[in-house]
Amino acid sequence: MTDLLLDDAGFDDDDLRAAFGAADLDEAEPAMPARSRRHTSRAVRLTFRFVAVAYLFLLVAWPVSLVAKNTFANGFDSLRTALADPLVTSALRLTVYVAIIAVVINLVFGVGMSLILVRRRFPGRRALSALLDLPLSVSPVVVGLAMVLVYNRRDGWLGTTLEDHGFRVLFANPGIIMATVFVSLPLVIRELVPVLEELGTDQEQAARSLGASSLQTFCKITLPSIKWAVVYGVVLSLARSLGEFGAVKIVAGNIAGKTQTATLLVEQTYQDFQQDTAYAVSFILAFVAVACIVVVSLLRPKGHS
Amino acid sequence: MTAASIHDGAADGRAGDRPARLRRGRPAGRLSLGSGLGLGVGMLWFSLLVLIPLTAVVVKAQSGGWSGYWHTITNAQTWAAIKLTVIQSLLVTLLNVVMGTLIAWVLVRDHFVGKRALEVLIDIPFALPTIVAGLVLLSLYGPRSPIGVNIANTEKAVFLALAFVTVPFVVRTVQPVLEQLDLDAEEAAASLGASRFTVFRRVVLPSLAPAIGAGAALSFARAISEYGSLVLLSGNLALRTEVTSVRILTYIENGNTAAAAAVASTLLLIALIVIVLVDVIQRRVARRD
Repeated sequence: MTDLLLDDAGFDDDDLRAAFGAADLDEAEPAMPARSRRHTSRAVRLTFRFVAVAYLFLLVAWPVSLVAKNTFANGFDSLRTALADPLVTSALRLTVYVAIIAVVINLVFGVGMSLILVRRRFPGRRALSALLDLPLSVSPVVVGLAMVLVYNRRDGWLGTTLEDHGFRVLFANPGIIMATVFVSLPLVIRELVPVLEELGTDQEQAARSLGASSLQTFCKITLPSIKWAVVYGVVLSLARSLGEFGAVKIVAGNIAGKTQTATLLVEQTYQDFQQDTAYAVSFILAFVAVACIVVVSLLRPKGHS
Repeated sequence: MTAASIHDGAADGRAGDRPARLRRGRPAGRLSLGSGLGLGVGMLWFSLLVLIPLTAVVVKAQSGGWSGYWHTITNAQTWAAIKLTVIQSLLVTLLNVVMGTLIAWVLVRDHFVGKRALEVLIDIPFALPTIVAGLVLLSLYGPRSPIGVNIANTEKAVFLALAFVTVPFVVRTVQPVLEQLDLDAEEAAASLGASRFTVFRRVVLPSLAPAIGAGAALSFARAISEYGSLVLLSGNLALRTEVTSVRILTYIENGNTAAAAAVASTLLLIALIVIVLVDVIQRRVARRD
């Protein structure tokens, strides 16, 4: 009995045990209301723990692990076959290319916007901050539609002019990149703003008063303090950019070998009954996504209480 | 720059899964020439990318006038899609309010081996490509299910997919608040004879309510706009399992962008309402601090 309690209930019982001695504690147990409360608490806690673990296992862990299982059902065969397919490699190459460009754009935009939002005061600042979150709440399909309406070359608001100058957005890489940037736009900003606010401006002002230039202050003072937040933002943006599907489907036109990204390829191969290829590409995408999450989880400081 | 302040700053960023909100009252400068220029370039990009296109959706939706808009929305198939999406999203949000709060509680108050793995599991739905999420759920709950549960092409599949993609929201908004919650108040209430349930209802729940609300709003917004995870899983059967996003896509593919814009602007309106709601709730939380 005592052993069980000590195992589960942590320091509370250790303290009590130290104070009263183990034997006293056991005898006193049935009479103390506080004890019975701790009993319920333990039962409740174990139940909650079980429910939480079971829920996440059935909803997330098991299904995700099945992708790996299905991919490696015949050893490395389906992965090798898939990677030998030029359509697969060109889709993967396009996805990586688009994701890298999208992340770089969002990094520059995100760091700049976060600094201005936190450090400067101007009219409309709160509204801008709220608007910057908008892309996370907009359906990917609506993102695609919005792009089509503005950038199509027939009657798009800007598309006709751009087309006249020989610059095509839709059904080409610029459109895919813009749609990808759109959906992952707020991620860097959301990581950076709280950190910048916590940081304050004391050290920056000290550096400035000692004669450092803006650039020196940013590189030597600000950047070292926000670098981890930047890294989280970049990793999350990367995961999101590699996996965008709905918006890209509309703006890319899904031309196999040209504007077909990896996620579009998964849909098409699955519907064409090439399930091995679909699973193999899904496995690669899922592997990168999980790796991104694990990296962020390992980099984040542990005890945050 | 000391290590401690890096650590503190990053720990604060832990709450980064909720929308970045600005605090007031910090000393800060006005726009200089350089930062003004930066803001201008940033706004130009943001306008070209987000503001102008979203405005175009709203304008296009008005192109057929109110009667055209109303005609599109009340089309039997479209209306069925909107109804299905909203109802399933509400159900999923309700599930998330309960399960998300429970999971957050387990993550903060419980200690066991493998808790960090649980933390990773919660973020996976956020990072996993949506089409892969659909495929993943299909492999356990579809026709080739190893446990013999096949819900593909039913309403349950819509619910399942939405539940999957919205896992992180309530957990990640409630968790930081629960971490900062003072244990003293709970212990005081308990020592005065309040039962576990009473302590939860009268002491813990009121402090968590704004965070739960914010998380619920985020997961509702995500659920009504979901597309990718449903493509393979729900079968997109008209009047039965077709959600609003799929409906919009069908309109786009048929070249009827005005109708697509009408349905899309309805979704945008709902998203906007949700964002305003979240902002109001978070301001209330900030005032409490």
